[in-house]
Amino acid sequence: MTKAEIIDAVYEKVGGFSKKEAAEIVEAVFDTMKEVLADGEKIKISGFGNFVVRQKKERIGRNPQTGAPIPISARRVLTFKPSQVLKGILNPHKEQLKAAAAKEAGLLPEGEAAGAADASAGGTNEDDATP
Amino acid sequence: MTKSELIDAVAQRTRITKSRAEQVVNCVFEAMTSSLERGEGIEIRGFGSFTVRHYKAYNGRNPRTGKPVPVPEKRLPFFKVGKELKELVNEPLQRGTDGAAGSSGAGSDD
Repeated sequence: MTKAEIIDAVYEKVGGFSKKEAAEIVEAVFDTMKEVLADGEKIKISGFGNFVVRQKKERIGRNPQTGAPIPISARRVLTFKPSQVLKGILNPHKEQLKAAAAKEAGLLPEGEAAGAADASAGGTNEDDATP
Repeated sequence: MTKSELIDAVAQRTRITKSRAEQVVNCVFEAMTSSLERGEGIEIRGFGSFTVRHYKAYNGRNPRTGKPVPVPEKRLPFFKVGKELKELVNEPLQRGTDGAAGSSGAGSDD
């Protein structure tokens, strides 16, 4: 999907705009996001995910070919963390897969597996997920 | 910035009502979500691209109890920052706060 297709979707689904207006408004959405992120501020889109600017310290990297150490300067990088909602949409059969995986591994009886699944789904939010 | 603040900013910037801006912003993220749901990536020039990555099932562990937990296969959205935005985000560090939009020093990494 490209920006042009997003503009088409806005033009068709929202309606009341010309194609040119739809293009300008979609452009404004991404331009606004870029400016906010350039300022170092994070963006939280509920149901989609969070865009977070992270401060990285200087560290020593290595040239993978030669193994020679190279300094990697301190920098700010942008990361995206998808929301649980978006993850859920991409994995509609998660519960079945989970149960099947548990069964195959012979780790937990079904009742307990469902309980454990719920607990971990609730616990992997915000902070303790991927660093 | 939250989604509703983004909506306010877009409304102001394009001189449309907040409710119209809300419809547009929602439509944008819905369109992006359904693209990812179909397994199709998204490319926004100057901003970045989203791709769907497939992960195989593996055996993980509950970090609290140490108990092995089977993790089923899954699909996750992956965002790769576009070159322009990557530079914008890093700009204050590289060039001070004067906001000079030069094109020097591009493409030094990877």
